[in-house]
Amino acid sequence: MTAQAPGPGGSVLRAVLADYGGGNLRSVQSALARQGVAVIASSDPAVVREAPLAIIAGVGHAESAMAGLVASGLADALRERAAAARPVLGICVGLQLLFEAHEEGGAGLGLLAGPVRRIVAPRVPHMGWNTLAVLRPSPLLDGLDGQDVYFAHSFAVVPADRSVVAAEVEHGGTICAAVDAGAVAGVQFHPERSAKPGEHLLRNVIAWSRSA
Amino acid sequence: MVKKRLIPCLDVTGGRVVKGVNFVNLRDIGDPVELATRYSELGADELVFLDITATVDGRDPLLRLIEHMSEELEIPFTVGGGISATEHARAILRAGADKVSVNRAALDVPGLLEELEYEFGAQAVVCAIDAKRRDDGSFEVVTHGGRTPRGIDAVEWAQEAVRRGAGEILLTSIDADGTRAGYNLELTGRVCAAVTVPVIASGGAGTAGHLADAFAVGAEAALVASIVHEAPERITVLKRELKEAGWPMRI
Repeated sequence: MTAQAPGPGGSVLRAVLADYGGGNLRSVQSALARQGVAVIASSDPAVVREAPLAIIAGVGHAESAMAGLVASGLADALRERAAAARPVLGICVGLQLLFEAHEEGGAGLGLLAGPVRRIVAPRVPHMGWNTLAVLRPSPLLDGLDGQDVYFAHSFAVVPADRSVVAAEVEHGGTICAAVDAGAVAGVQFHPERSAKPGEHLLRNVIAWSRSA
Repeated sequence: MVKKRLIPCLDVTGGRVVKGVNFVNLRDIGDPVELATRYSELGADELVFLDITATVDGRDPLLRLIEHMSEELEIPFTVGGGISATEHARAILRAGADKVSVNRAALDVPGLLEELEYEFGAQAVVCAIDAKRRDDGSFEVVTHGGRTPRGIDAVEWAQEAVRRGAGEILLTSIDADGTRAGYNLELTGRVCAAVTVPVIASGGAGTAGHLADAFAVGAEAALVASIVHEAPERITVLKRELKEAGWPMRI
């Protein structure tokens, strides 16, 4: 199915941010709204399960974020929608929560196989603008190879299935910057804080979620 | 490879950007969101907002400003000034700031850095350190704009702040601040060598060469204030000069 661009004649994409009581959702919400997405934050499992696109964002400890997802019932809602192949996007900690055991403590949703490990590099956190290397054609990363985007993280996902890695970045070694696994995808960087390339990524997300 | 960062610092009070010397003769130089957006368009990699009267006039104007800033800005920003409790930090981060910067309270409030790291992650916690050169060549932590010596070695405090949970150090040489004669490279180099988190050099920026010197001793980022406030297009010029000098810059 061909992705349908938003705009005149096209329906407005409705997206929901999983509100698990954690960090800052406002910046992601505003960035999506600027791209014409009708986006709300919700802690209602039914809303998160059924929305055309669900996003897990926020900052902070993966363990406390996961505890919030479980306590609010959003963890099951996200698993159910992933099982039904409805698109789920993770941003930063949200990407990490798609995976399994976290070196910081606890475990994620387990939608994708593999651990989350502490970055080994001369300077951690990996903080600042870094260049994306897109590994294979992916609707999410289309047009973003070689672009600088903003990272701020101490942990990184290590997918068991290497074929889900869509983009990498160099920092003391190779770090997974984006995964694309059908209806489940995520980015380690912050599109909402990555200027024009960030806007580009969000437009790709809109197209991807319509075709996923 | 991660790029070196140029970070303009804006002093705000009551929701406006101000400029002044030692908190007196404060002059309103503009609307923070307008200035921030302009700096972003000119190539600023990140911004720091310091609420210079945060402890005096309450926090509501600041939170409203952060909310508005977060909705408009497409680059990361840090907010500092008078943050002394986890709940302050939470309100600021929930309003949309990417990081909080703590200075005096990191010294005075036991457990604060640990708690901030636990709640928000090290990547959201900046420890600001103001340092002054001692006669023996070492550097001492100072607070209250440099007026209060704390009897603590700046390099040791940087290491301890990182152990406690800081994910970045904003290091200001009080001696160099406002001189435009260059960052204090001795101080910057020592702290960069002693910690494994990114260090932002601050105090003394005048030319692109000064920023390059700070990068050469290990700084990941350079804070600039007056040189870009008087001529914002310098942000673009400084970054281009640094790129031409071989530094990895986002252009």
